Amino acid sequence: MKAITKQKIVFSILKVMSFMVIAILFLIIGFIFIKGIGVINWGFISKMPEEGMLKGGILPAIVGTLCLIGGSMLFAFPIGVCSGIYINEFLKDGPLKRFMRLMTDNLAGIPSIVFGLFGMALFVNKLKFGDSILAGSLTLGILALPVIIRTTEEALRSVDDLHRQASYALGASKLYTIKKVVLPIALPNIITGLILAIGRVSGETAPILFTVAAYFLPKLPHSLFEQAMALPYHLYVLATSGTDIEKAKPMAFGTALILITIVLICNLLANLIRAKFKKK
Amino acid sequence: MFKKLSQKVQVGVLAICSLATSITVILIIIFLFSEGISFLGMKPTEEGYVLAVNTKNNLNSISPELCKKVFDQEVDNWSQLGEKDMPIELVNSDQIATLYSEEAIGSEMEYLDTCYNDYVSKHVGVFAVMPKNYVTSKFKGRVVEVQENSIASFVRGREWFPTAKPIAQFGILPLLMGTLIVSLGAILIALPLGLACAIYMSEIAKKRRRKIMKPLVELLAGIPSVVYGFFGLIVIVPLIQTLFHLDVGETALAGSIILGIMALPTIITISEDALRNVPNAMREASLAMGATKWQTIYKVVIPYASSGITTATVLGIGRAIGETMAVLMVTGNAANVTLNYLKPVRTIPATIAAELGEAPSGGIHFKALFALGCILFLITMSINLYVNFVSKRRGVK
Repeated sequence: MKAITKQKIVFSILKVMSFMVIAILFLIIGFIFIKGIGVINWGFISKMPEEGMLKGGILPAIVGTLCLIGGSMLFAFPIGVCSGIYINEFLKDGPLKRFMRLMTDNLAGIPSIVFGLFGMALFVNKLKFGDSILAGSLTLGILALPVIIRTTEEALRSVDDLHRQASYALGASKLYTIKKVVLPIALPNIITGLILAIGRVSGETAPILFTVAAYFLPKLPHSLFEQAMALPYHLYVLATSGTDIEKAKPMAFGTALILITIVLICNLLANLIRAKFKKK
Repeated sequence: MFKKLSQKVQVGVLAICSLATSITVILIIIFLFSEGISFLGMKPTEEGYVLAVNTKNNLNSISPELCKKVFDQEVDNWSQLGEKDMPIELVNSDQIATLYSEEAIGSEMEYLDTCYNDYVSKHVGVFAVMPKNYVTSKFKGRVVEVQENSIASFVRGREWFPTAKPIAQFGILPLLMGTLIVSLGAILIALPLGLACAIYMSEIAKKRRRKIMKPLVELLAGIPSVVYGFFGLIVIVPLIQTLFHLDVGETALAGSIILGIMALPTIITISEDALRNVPNAMREASLAMGATKWQTIYKVVIPYASSGITTATVLGIGRAIGETMAVLMVTGNAANVTLNYLKPVRTIPATIAAELGEAPSGGIHFKALFALGCILFLITMSINLYVNFVSKRRGVK
């Protein structure tokens, strides 16, 4: 066979396989969208679950997930950004910096269920927070730390050194330069990290299983020390262990659609910010 | 003066924050391993019960696994335990109650201990399960020690039966096998697809198309695992069930397919990076020699990027091994030692997720699940360190 014919065949196979990957994505999202869109209405997102979670809405799960997002980011975002600033701006290249990066990578590679075990052992049992929004938020925050640290570091690295040198030349201190020159330039990309972390945190189930998630709790949380429902766990419950799994399917599709929508919006937002500030 | 101090404080705060990840990793190790290691050395017997035999019997200690076989009557002769040839006579409180008259036992079973004592002393082949407080100085039988959990019994045990009574079984072999075959299947599905996609995006596709594809692949990574699990449960599981005419569609294969999809973004992003890092001079040199574009990719670009592709594969496997929710939902969760992809299996993370809620805090089952967590942690940690080592070596070259 001529080499060029062979190439044509191989290239078309590769093309088809790549499109298959994209097709899988559209299949999953499309399937959940088509099955779930009929369920979504104002009542679905504003009512309590009724009749063994077969009717009504998923408000407590939505509120619970929002609480967890808020709680985890309140804790992880400042620490993550400070950590990124210190590692990138203050540490010199060397073993210490490599070690810090290695630890961040390691933390990112730990399976989410291990975070669940850890959160249960430390926050729920040792610190006696019990199954609570606080324990869940802290566990999810730890899980999100590497995402925020990495994007912060990347954002800072992409700031041109000329900006720093110009600021130093004017007599500004290092800290002042970081605050007034470097951070404002890097901010959009740092925000990207925050958004990606929110997307990640809102979908995680394993870490909240034993730290916060309630099977069924038809009321809104009032304090940090209460249990709460959460969207991903609610979907898991509806799909596998509800009172009537067949009848719960529409509710499950609706929940899945809301969950996917949150993730889609986060990804889209992050990409938009990235694209907008790249051009400048 | 004051300004300088405040600056120092601010830098100090930054420095402390930067320690967060290291501290967390260390805390995770401490908490995971302190619970996990204390599992070793515990006895898997039901709280408050002991095993007893006749004094003429030489048996001193028995492994939990053999013990279970005795209770399941798979082992029913003492010769199989290295003793004299005689049948094993299994008794527990219920059987004692039927063997003795009501007067002998007492209306509130208050003489049950005497009955035990009597029965064990008279029957040479007896193997009794009895409450611990019955063993007093008057007891005429001998207590058999159940061997403690050890790394060997943990790793080699073929049965995972943490709530079995009177002897719980903590063998992780079926869980380990389940995790490995599901992950292996996942990588067999994800590697060809992912590699093809990476090659297409980095070498063949026009810039504009690549720009569209890249965020889509990232989106695939963003979909929550519970949504993958739900999709698998609704679509893949019934499909497998009808396709292979099975009773249940929740199989290792279903898990592999879902995990394969979930591992795709990792494999694609990292191998694409590796391919794009191949210097253009290499490609140009090959093309200038008259090679076609495909020959260049096949003979020059891929070999050059091979270590990056290996990294991608290893990280993909790591992702698959640690994945919890999706696997929990589609693999059926039966602890089988099997290589059959059409059978239900149970993985390590799924076991933790499914059982931790029911295991009483601080008990042996609870600790066994933490020991599983340790194993998971060690596997993923070594994968990370390996990848770090490889990429560092590549960086030096």
